[in-house]
Amino acid sequence: MAKKVTITIDGIQVSVDEGSTILETARKLDIHIPTLCYHEDLCVAGNCRVCVVEQENSRILPAACATPVSEGMVIHTNSGKVRQARKHIVELLLSEHNADCTKCYKNRNCELQKLASQMLTGDHMFLDLVPEKRYAIDLFNSALIKDDSRCIRCQRCVRTCEELQSVSALGVAYRGNKMKISTFFEHSLFEVVCTNCGQCVNRCPTGALIERNYVDKVWDAIYDPAKHVVVQTAPAVRVALGESLGMPPGKIVTGKMVTALRRLGFTAVLDTDFTADLTIIEEGHELLERLKRALVDKDPKVALPMATSCSPGWIKFLEHTFPELLPNLSTCKSPQQMFGALVKTYYAQKRKLDPKNVVSVSIMPCTAKKFEADRPEMRSSGYKDVDYVLTTRELAIMITQAGLEFDKLPDEPFDSIMGVSTGAGVIFGTTGGVMEAALRTVYEVVTGREVPFEDLNIIPVRGTEGEVREASLKITKTKPEFRYLEGIELQCVVANGLAYAKQVMQNVKEGKVHYHFIEIMACPGGCLGGGGQPIPTNKEIRNKRKHAIYEEDLGMPLRKSHENPEVQEIYKEFLVKPLGHKSHELLHTHYTPRKRY
Amino acid sequence: MSESKLKRVDLIFGEYSSAKYKVLADALKRSNEEILEDLMESGLRGRGGAGFPTGMKWKLAAEAPGKEKYVICNADEGEPGTFKDREILSRVPRKVFSGMAICGKVIGAQKGYVYLRGEYKFLLPELTRELEQYHDQIGKLGFDFPIEIKLGSGAYICGEESALFESMEGFRGEPRNKPPYPTTFGFMGKPTVINNVETFVNVVMIMRLGPIQFKLLGTSDSRGSKVFSVSGDTPIPGIYELELGMPLDRFVEEFGDGDTKAVQVGGASGFCVPRKKFRETVIGFEGVPTGGSMMLFNSSRSMYNVLHNYLNFFEEESCGQCTPCRVGCQQLRKGIVAVKKGEKKALYLDQLMKLAESMKITAKCGLGQSVANSFSSIVYNFKEEMIY
Ligand SMILES: Cc1cc2nc3c(=O)[nH]c(=O)nc-3n(C[C@H](O)[C@H](O)[C@H](O)COP(=O)(O)O)c2cc1C
Ligand code: SF4
Ligand code: SF4
Ligand code: SF4
Ligand code: SF4
Ligand code: FES
Repeated sequence: MAKKVTITIDGIQVSVDEGSTILETARKLDIHIPTLCYHEDLCVAGNCRVCVVEQENSRILPAACATPVSEGMVIHTNSGKVRQARKHIVELLLSEHNADCTKCYKNRNCELQKLASQMLTGDHMFLDLVPEKRYAIDLFNSALIKDDSRCIRCQRCVRTCEELQSVSALGVAYRGNKMKISTFFEHSLFEVVCTNCGQCVNRCPTGALIERNYVDKVWDAIYDPAKHVVVQTAPAVRVALGESLGMPPGKIVTGKMVTALRRLGFTAVLDTDFTADLTIIEEGHELLERLKRALVDKDPKVALPMATSCSPGWIKFLEHTFPELLPNLSTCKSPQQMFGALVKTYYAQKRKLDPKNVVSVSIMPCTAKKFEADRPEMRSSGYKDVDYVLTTRELAIMITQAGLEFDKLPDEPFDSIMGVSTGAGVIFGTTGGVMEAALRTVYEVVTGREVPFEDLNIIPVRGTEGEVREASLKITKTKPEFRYLEGIELQCVVANGLAYAKQVMQNVKEGKVHYHFIEIMACPGGCLGGGGQPIPTNKEIRNKRKHAIYEEDLGMPLRKSHENPEVQEIYKEFLVKPLGHKSHELLHTHYTPRKRY
Repeated sequence: MSESKLKRVDLIFGEYSSAKYKVLADALKRSNEEILEDLMESGLRGRGGAGFPTGMKWKLAAEAPGKEKYVICNADEGEPGTFKDREILSRVPRKVFSGMAICGKVIGAQKGYVYLRGEYKFLLPELTRELEQYHDQIGKLGFDFPIEIKLGSGAYICGEESALFESMEGFRGEPRNKPPYPTTFGFMGKPTVINNVETFVNVVMIMRLGPIQFKLLGTSDSRGSKVFSVSGDTPIPGIYELELGMPLDRFVEEFGDGDTKAVQVGGASGFCVPRKKFRETVIGFEGVPTGGSMMLFNSSRSMYNVLHNYLNFFEEESCGQCTPCRVGCQQLRKGIVAVKKGEKKALYLDQLMKLAESMKITAKCGLGQSVANSFSSIVYNFKEEMIY
């Protein structure tokens, strides 16, 4: 047990674990100390200094986020000295800040703005430094916008990119008055190792890092009578959207979301979960085929382990960091892109539409999906398969713009076709979900029996944040055509967050581990913690979303992808068979090695 | 020039002992406790600026748990107007290495580093030659404590101890949060003693003379002598080793040009003392401390320009990570310009003084915390020069 330390904050005496910070202790006492650079998911920086408090017998005001408690410490969080110092600090930040909030994407959802309003910063205490700063805006990336004029240099993004993602696309450049957050040789984020994961966006306290929004483009499409506007919604959106619309985290709002989308004017409201199920069929068979080539044909060229490919941030990461391991990636497109390719082919045929009049929109928890949709190879329908990708946050904006009272909306079901899904598709939204969904199907294909877990809940592969989860599943009594898998322990590993992905792939590269199947999601917690999800984010919020996802899964009448009737139908009518000719044309893709910086 | 000259001291630059590395050899025979006791007794305080008691620092590092420990000699010397460490390293490097080795023995460190200011690269050949002798000698003494020289990156902030560690570890030179302090979490996260060049030499002198003899110099709060870099409006600029605790008026009498209106004690991050306070000001930890720089200004100097230069320096040399320092320095400099130009009322100076006070108590490291020293002392004492 940790040693205890007794300290006094604002007259309240409290005993806490040695090593806790003043900030943590104050929070326990429900004393609110303002912060800017501090973020629960990241290591402490202590650079904004807005959290300073007064410590008796100390020459300076320590930063509450960065200062550990010590025995007998007496702290005042709201003294005159503290308030004066904090006001100075916020005024200083504002003096180098382009604070035209009404023109800012983060207006009313900005930590700096909130502090400024608390501190009544109306009196222009200091000189305006903005005019002579030549702030740059990086507008060249299709997924993210970086606007230095709104940056408070808290380095949350830098820490996110390095600690959580081990990408280090962002760093600090220059000193003193010129210090700024920058990229390799100040290139656009578009040209560097950035994966577009958007984790930095989720943690940026201001409007300095935001997604590129396509809200108006989507409205235009909706208002165009010639267009048939199809929208697909990813699994993680329905457990988070409510947060941006005034609901508490962890609420499942699938039905309200569908109703809202319909009322916004989308012609058809469909479900990415459908192609998640389809992904499982394709990817499951791809895995079996690779295993067969390795075990039966003894083909030395077959790339194992096979890694999932539904997280576009992860794909770009691998292209930059381990280009030599690209053959290990499943060739399956992400569910979003499978959906897009099918909307302008299969769906258009069935609905007797000219694909040129079909606009395909997707609602994603993800910013990397914006980049993915723009990749040149994502045009297998002959058109851009997915025209616009909106984040969960952008959808919330549209709902607000339309004046819908979200929490009062009735629940409605998805349209069909391509609107039916299973629990397996739902859990794509969390780390470990693709693995679990794949195992539910693969095991049954191979043995003819359900996976040997109660309620089909394959707990051992359910990933958690901050760890790499390894699990194995023994395959016995196979069907005759899968005899080659008899007795095999299927070795699986699940990782979320690119820092952990890097760890796994490094081990694979060095031959230290022998997996068959790897699931990676670029974001902490999986898509539910995606870069397009509501802000703020932290472990507690993400956990609530995760519980909601498993709850949704458990409540679904169908839990296995291969039981999805629409999936069965599409194979019968259109695709013919998994990994068949049509699948390869529409549902599979290839990858591009990229530079390491 | 008056007859009653300030006492010149010849400790730091004094001749080496007769036998090579004799002081080190003798010290190696003593117990760590004895050495620590001598250091405490001597009252030696760090010469890098902050004046932390050296014996205490070593003791903390010696007691810190862990096997891997380091000794680092801070030779980054970036304070404008200071060049005494360069002088020490070029004239008596042996004393510096000996001091580091004694520290290595006392705290149980495996390795020492000299973090040498990039601009002092020219000292490398000489220092390397001396280091060879050093390694030779400790080999003979059966003592294992290699010392390596690392060249600094050229940023002033890398002289701040925790930024120096970051820089040595290959990261951007940004100061860390404190606590933890270097004695428990220093270079590579291990217990580390970091001392100024001159501090290590003082240790050697204490070992050689004994604490009693050492204490004869200076005052009760400021023991020993100090190497000063004297510059500015003086007929005799240069490096002088003088007793600590001297009254400023006597210093000015000896080094001034007869028209001294102010002395900047301790460089850009130090204090400006105006003529009317020369008499009451003592140079030392009980009065106005200095890392070594003494800059004299005569009445032809514009204190506005002096301050503007300092603020310019800080504005550019701040690492830029923390708000009070990064933006505060810009506001202070631009603020005095605005007042001078009449774009802001003279009252705005009071606003700026308050800001400087906030910077002093909220900045993350010593750089931002000490901007107020020169700012407030110059603005307060030379207000008319700021306005007209
Ligand atoms: C901005 C800044 C620059 C510094 N530069 C130096 C330096 O060049 N040399 C030095 O010895 N100490 C410098 N220091 C002080 C060191 O952080 C540290 O206190 C010192 O090296 C400790 O040695 P001492 O105890 O022997 O004085 C600097 C401090 C700050 C805040
Ligand atoms: S970042 Fe915040 S404070 Fe700055 S303009 Fe945007 S909303 Fe306003
Ligand atoms: S989007 Fe992801 S990879 Fe790109 S800079 Fe942000 S955190 Fe780093
Ligand atoms: S871009 Fe955002 S997160 Fe990064 S330093 Fe600027 S304000 Fe902080
Ligand atoms: S006070 Fe200045 S130099 Fe020190 S950490 Fe802050 S910005 Fe960097
Ligand atoms: S929140 Fe503590 S220094 Fe920024």
